[in-house]
Amino acid sequence: MSFFDYLTDSIPFFIKAAAITVELTAAALVLGMVIGLFFAMMKISGHRVWKYVADTYITVIRGTPLIVQLFAIYYGLATLVDFGSFWSAAIALAIHNGAYIAEIFRGGIESIEKGQMEAARSLGMNYSLAMRRIILPQAFRRIVPPLGNQFIIGLKDSSLAAFVTLGELFGVSMRLASTHYAELSFYTIAGLYYLALVIIFTVLVNWLEKRLRIES
Amino acid sequence: MIKVRGLNKWFGRLQALNNVSLEVKSKEVVVLIGASGSGKSTLLRCLNLLEIPDQGEVCFDGRAIRPGSDDLNLLRRDMGMVFQHFNLFPHKTVLGNIIEAPVMVKKMSRAEALENARWLLEKVGLEDKKDAYPCQLSGGQQQRVAIARSLAMSPRVMLFDEPTSALDPELVGEVLAVMKQLAREGMTMIVVTHEMGFAREVADRVIFMDEGGIVEAGKPRQIFESPRQKRTADFLSKVLWGPSASSDTPPMLTAAGQA
Ligand SMILES: Nc1ncnc2c1ncn2[C@@H]1O[C@H](COP(=O)(O)OP(=O)(O)OP(=O)(O)O)[C@@H](O)[C@H]1O
Ligand SMILES: [Mg+2]
Repeated sequence: MSFFDYLTDSIPFFIKAAAITVELTAAALVLGMVIGLFFAMMKISGHRVWKYVADTYITVIRGTPLIVQLFAIYYGLATLVDFGSFWSAAIALAIHNGAYIAEIFRGGIESIEKGQMEAARSLGMNYSLAMRRIILPQAFRRIVPPLGNQFIIGLKDSSLAAFVTLGELFGVSMRLASTHYAELSFYTIAGLYYLALVIIFTVLVNWLEKRLRIES
Repeated sequence: MIKVRGLNKWFGRLQALNNVSLEVKSKEVVVLIGASGSGKSTLLRCLNLLEIPDQGEVCFDGRAIRPGSDDLNLLRRDMGMVFQHFNLFPHKTVLGNIIEAPVMVKKMSRAEALENARWLLEKVGLEDKKDAYPCQLSGGQQQRVAIARSLAMSPRVMLFDEPTSALDPELVGEVLAVMKQLAREGMTMIVVTHEMGFAREVADRVIFMDEGGIVEAGKPRQIFESPRQKRTADFLSKVLWGPSASSDTPPMLTAAGQA
């Protein structure tokens, strides 16, 4: 069988797998954004203990490999709670990306001129209202590019979920490669699917970036 | 209306405010002058507790403010503040800037806030800019919007921190005109400015600060024409006659009979 036969014949499998990859990435990144925002707020709180907690989290997560974190959650925690392979992978990816996203959020928030917070406070807004209405909307516009970048990394990193038995893009390509003895073909095909997803996503981010720029 | 007693404020080892006491009555216009770093901004920011004084007391309407336990947000509603760099919210339109605090903080209805905002824009002469974003406005227009934004909370005192210092010279007048109008309407105002003409015309009292303390206060005529302190005279001769003027014989001051 030629490469193109493999490519066309495997479409149903890969479409299903791609859907799982997208779902996994989306779940992980939504969770990761919540985690990231939470720790970013702790870091800029000016409160020593909270800042220390956030620094520790970021250091530990950035200092250890994702695959170690993933195995720790899937195999390690399985004795306590069994999340299943999808949610284990989603949680591991979320915790992992959360550390990077926290730093992106913090950078974005700190890049907003101090005068914005002061103006908001001088109008009688409390800290959290000023954050929510004035600082975060502006910070969000600035972090769209680095955040998009992190999302692309997250999308590709989701392939590690294959090692906790999830049938996403890479998992499916591993299975097909070994049953058909066609490693080069199926890993190339998997690569093409990832590439397509990344390109689609990049177009979306560019569009969002442009729209936000016009708005302000 | 505002009474300040024995304010001290340190930034690390630097003393930014040195035992400042001050009283501002209702409807009074007080102008603060002084060299860069003399503590004018710090004093203003201590009044609305954007900066927490290390020692001393700020009373508003006869009540001493306790930064630890009082709701400072409630206090700040009553004290509008206008900044040197405007600090408009760039992601909101002119109307959006003005109605933000009334709607979100005072829980005013949107319709009422909008109506009030249009009225304020008319007052500062910018009704045609209501849908513009701040970046589409000149500095003078931005500052007038910032004034309207503060007024939208119906403050009882307005604090101005060098409102015209960041403006091109030809735009200063339009902002000062709005401030003069406010003063005429009886707003209580505390203004940090280098616009001596404004101080002469509008101020009930001019206060000269140096090294974190109040050196001298008095009617504009007295301060400008017969300052009692040498430091005041030196400062005035510099701002009025430029840095080249000799501080020993400031021309205007000698003319006024002061040596
Ligand atoms: N947040 C801060 N941290 C450290 N030092 C500060 C801070 N704010 C002000 N200072 C210092 O306190 C002193 C008084 O500053 P302030 O801004 O009140 O002066 P100013 O009279 O407003 O001067 P300018 O005319 O330049 O605005 C200055 O020496 C300044 O460097
Ligand atoms: Mg200042």
